[in-house]
Amino acid sequence: MQLTLEFGGGLELLCDSIKIHKVNINFPNESDILTVKDLLSWVRTNLIKERPEMFMKGDTVRPGVLVLVNDCDWELSGQLDTTLEDKDVVVFISTLHGG
Amino acid sequence: MDDIVKMIGLKNNCTFCGVFRRQALDRGAALLKVDKLVTGHNADDIAETVLLNILRGDIARLSRCTSITTGEDGPIPRCKPFKYTYEKEIVMYAYFKKLDYFSTECIYSPNAYRGFAREFIKDLERLRPRAILDIIKSGEDFRIATTTKMPEQGTCERCGYISSQKWCKACVLLEGLNRGLPKMGIGRPRGVNGDHKKETKKPGPAVKSIESKQCGSLDF
Repeated sequence: MQLTLEFGGGLELLCDSIKIHKVNINFPNESDILTVKDLLSWVRTNLIKERPEMFMKGDTVRPGVLVLVNDCDWELSGQLDTTLEDKDVVVFISTLHGG
Repeated sequence: MDDIVKMIGLKNNCTFCGVFRRQALDRGAALLKVDKLVTGHNADDIAETVLLNILRGDIARLSRCTSITTGEDGPIPRCKPFKYTYEKEIVMYAYFKKLDYFSTECIYSPNAYRGFAREFIKDLERLRPRAILDIIKSGEDFRIATTTKMPEQGTCERCGYISSQKWCKACVLLEGLNRGLPKMGIGRPRGVNGDHKKETKKPGPAVKSIESKQCGSLDF
């Protein structure tokens, strides 16, 4: 399915300084739903070019990174279990900055 | 700051930067003759500061760091209106309002002690988001025993700025930098000239209780 991924708050530096990525992702094996959890591991493998520990911690995003699915906080739609549909927009914003 | 780090190394950078920036802000505010100085510290910052001061045993700062306004009896009071606003809320607001902001991290921050407190707070927030506000509330509710020795506010002998010691921190740090003594003003206080106080045999009780130790001098 086609998805638009955006990176903000400094996270774009981990993906060659490109803020917006239009990607095509396949469903994981033996499944017809794509969750944000699947998306995260895809992103880590394919888009994050450096310092993956800045983006993810274990199976989920690093604490301090906001995830918005279609402009809605993922905490309201089930966090990692949020299902994604074609043409969805997922935004990752880091809130960790400053001194 | 890069020049300073070349001289002092990668540790204690926050001390130099914070002290100089704070004074620069105050002096600039005085030049502009403003009524109040307002900073953008948010809930996450305050919670981190509370934890940091507990970990360092800095009772003087702990008593002041949760006040929303400080220095009311001074020339320019300072206020932190975002004290209860989560960093997450601020970032989301900026995103939806399409506000432009700098998100670059200080290049020296990976070595900062605050980073550990921040990491811990972020993990706490994930488990129980209210933890941040609760830490601030605990910080506000701290009461200090009346027998605890607290520093008194005076003025710096060298520049006249407010200070709890003979010289304000900025003057001490500056003197250290100019004299090629990068450790001056860092760690346990050793007196204005950077010399160790001479050990004299004095009659009377030795300093034993933890309460009479100089503020912020607990070193683990």
